[in-house]
Amino acid sequence: MTLWERAQLAITLLAIDPQRLGGLVIRARAGPAQAAMLAAVQVLTMPKVKLQHHMTPEVLNGDIDLSASLAGRRLVTRKSIFDCAPSLFVLPMAERCAPQFSARICQALEADLEHALIALDEAAEEGEGLPAALTDRLSFHVTLDDLSLQDLSPITLPRAIDDIRAAVRGVILPAEMVEEAVTLAASLGISSLRAPLLLGCAAQAHAALHGRSEVTDEDFKLAVMLVYPHRATRLPEDLEPEVQPDGANPPEAAQEPTQAKPPNDLMIEAVKAVLPAGVLTQLQSTAKQPAFGSGSGTRRKGNHRGRPLPARMGPKNSGARVDLVASLRAAIPWQTLRKAGNTKAMGPIFKASDLRHKRYETQSDRLLIFTVDASGSAAVARLAEAKGAVELLLGEAYARRDHVALYAFRGTGSEALLPPTRSLVQTKKRLAALPGGGATPLAAGLVAAFNLAVQERRNGLTPTLILLTDGRANVALDGSNDRAQAAADAHMLAQKIAEAQIPALVIDTTIRPEKTLQTLAGTMRANYIALPRSDAKSVSAAVSSALAHS
Amino acid sequence: MKQPFPFSAIVGQDDMKLAMVLTAIDPSIAGVLVFGERGTGKSTAVRALAGLLPPITAVKACPVNSADVKDCPAWCDISDASVQSIATPVVDLPLGASEDRVTGALDIEKALTKGEKAFQPGLFAKANRGYLYIDEVNLLEDHIVDLLLDVAQSGENVVEREGLSIRHAARFVLVGSGNPEEGELRPQLMDRFGLSVDVLSSANIDERIEVIKRRDAYENDHEAFIAHWQSEDATLRARIVAARAALADLQTPGSALRRVAELCIALGSDGLRGELTLLKAARAFAAFAGDATVTDDHIRKTAVLALRHRLRRDPLDDSGSSSRVARTISEILGN
Repeated sequence: MTLWERAQLAITLLAIDPQRLGGLVIRARAGPAQAAMLAAVQVLTMPKVKLQHHMTPEVLNGDIDLSASLAGRRLVTRKSIFDCAPSLFVLPMAERCAPQFSARICQALEADLEHALIALDEAAEEGEGLPAALTDRLSFHVTLDDLSLQDLSPITLPRAIDDIRAAVRGVILPAEMVEEAVTLAASLGISSLRAPLLLGCAAQAHAALHGRSEVTDEDFKLAVMLVYPHRATRLPEDLEPEVQPDGANPPEAAQEPTQAKPPNDLMIEAVKAVLPAGVLTQLQSTAKQPAFGSGSGTRRKGNHRGRPLPARMGPKNSGARVDLVASLRAAIPWQTLRKAGNTKAMGPIFKASDLRHKRYETQSDRLLIFTVDASGSAAVARLAEAKGAVELLLGEAYARRDHVALYAFRGTGSEALLPPTRSLVQTKKRLAALPGGGATPLAAGLVAAFNLAVQERRNGLTPTLILLTDGRANVALDGSNDRAQAAADAHMLAQKIAEAQIPALVIDTTIRPEKTLQTLAGTMRANYIALPRSDAKSVSAAVSSALAHS
Repeated sequence: MKQPFPFSAIVGQDDMKLAMVLTAIDPSIAGVLVFGERGTGKSTAVRALAGLLPPITAVKACPVNSADVKDCPAWCDISDASVQSIATPVVDLPLGASEDRVTGALDIEKALTKGEKAFQPGLFAKANRGYLYIDEVNLLEDHIVDLLLDVAQSGENVVEREGLSIRHAARFVLVGSGNPEEGELRPQLMDRFGLSVDVLSSANIDERIEVIKRRDAYENDHEAFIAHWQSEDATLRARIVAARAALADLQTPGSALRRVAELCIALGSDGLRGELTLLKAARAFAAFAGDATVTDDHIRKTAVLALRHRLRRDPLDDSGSSSRVARTISEILGN
């Protein structure tokens, strides 16, 4: 089955039973493939509603419609956008979805409103993506990035779709298939119980599509191919993995072989067939860090939440909230005058110029990006001490509710040990497990930290880069062991960091501080702290004072 | 509107169910925090709880569900003393809720049409004598958390804004759920929850299959399923009501008090709140079990729920707090 055929099937099944299947994630950049999918979505008979990221709590939860209330001088309430007949919601740029927003969507999908959601995931970089809570509730996930124009064909829904729809709830799902769905989910490392539920619904929809009254193995297999692959966190071969180093997955779940019988190999083959070649390694790396919780802060808009600032006159339709009391106060002095011209008016008379808007000030959360040199040279020097210092800093970050991300570089490249999170326990675990040894690809580490800083700044966090290294760069960006080139690359990146105005801090971990690293810090416009023979506490003190000044 | 999934039909998750039942028996335990992975039935359990709770009697027109007309706040100006039986309120606090909506604010309709300053009660008023449920509690905006901390502590909502000066009772059981991967909770807020539960999805395949089967029956054979489980819910409800009545006569021997204190000291839990909550939880559990006296066994069964989120913890210490509590329990109480 080609990618496009899978996508077609997903849309068709969704058309049959949108309520129970929840929806579909379309992973594609804007382009013909995405357009073709969206055109297909239009064929679905449900009303379509587009969700937008700047929708205010009033729109999402329903509230008083102020402009209508003011105009009519009676209370006009507006229903929540979700409070309507079963609809299909389309969420563009879903990868930008703030946690609060996605949580609200999840609640709407959970309620008995029978809504469904199409999420358009246009993630460009690794690390971006839909909030996991949302993906969990949507049955299907199609990736259209690798399609070319000639793969596409128009999607048509079966003509008798209403009959199929009527029949789908009556399709029998044999009990042994339920068991197989659960067993298979367990062997693929899918811990959410929604997955087997959705699988059952998808299999029923597929059976109904082919006019069957009972789910057959064929239906089941296709449903597996649509519902499970993107949820899998491991493949059954590595069923005896090392204990997963995260706190989220209970170790006993991975260790206890409670399986009644091994999962059907055919089904595992079906899942594997769908997974593109490169995914397997990716799969393992994601399995090691499932904590993809977007603990990131949301973009701070300035007129929705936070510490209130004095109200001000604002442009209309700016999306800001009206400050009623300030508006009343502004209108009252004019009332006698206005009523003289309009004696019939009952309450106060408002003019557009009276409207005052609320403004708020929020502080964006800080993200500390620790970039730790784990190379052989550093390990010999003071990796352990650096770790100790980082741990103390983490304790402080915890007290300040900072977000933390952790990168390490050694050998030929850098490794993201932890995406931005507030979970300190995880950070500490990853850090403790960090081995030392190998060459020093300083530039690669800086690239990773720089990219993350830029990306998270877009998400509304304030990144600060903390680099712990001995500065002996000996691997260039292209992976060659050329010291001069390595130094030049590091220098180039330091310049970029300075240009992007990312606050940074360089901690020299060598025993005898060297000039080169000091120069690098200068280029980066970073604070430089040498770490002469000292204990972790004094480093931590030095860093916190440097951070306080930055 | 479909009936919510019946409480008794939830497979496994005994800790979570027990914690919720205990708060139903003694609302002053003040709440349950449910933290766990996706798809473990956290929200399902809370929604189910609403169907399980026994009804309360409240003054008809009272916005804060007062039991008696003399408890009604003065500003709502109630003269009709007639009472009615209503379902225990379980109020949702949505994540994006504005401060106005949570605490109550100026009644815009009256301000607009009559130019009157009147108070429109918010979610705190609605939840009085009932439950306030916050899904994804760890994503709650900080300024809402601040409001919540104060009200949960004092049991009174005070609104001093926009020229209003209003106060009313706001005593509710706080139920929060969340996914720890999405962020941690402020320790102050954590402390306001009496009990805390860590839910994991079951590793037992048979149990998982049973979950799916019941869900399927709930979806497809709705009436029969509800009818079957409603009788179970009714039995449980009767037990809760009986336990509430039994609570007054329950004996708490000095030895039990000593045990609780010893446990809390050994664990170094912050303040006396842990001690008090553990005692209440153990009493509620004893009443639920139909025993006349609180024993070590009751304390043992409830200590993890009441204490695991109160350990003064080193943020970098990753040994699970549940296991720390369990270890201390077996040291002090023996096995």
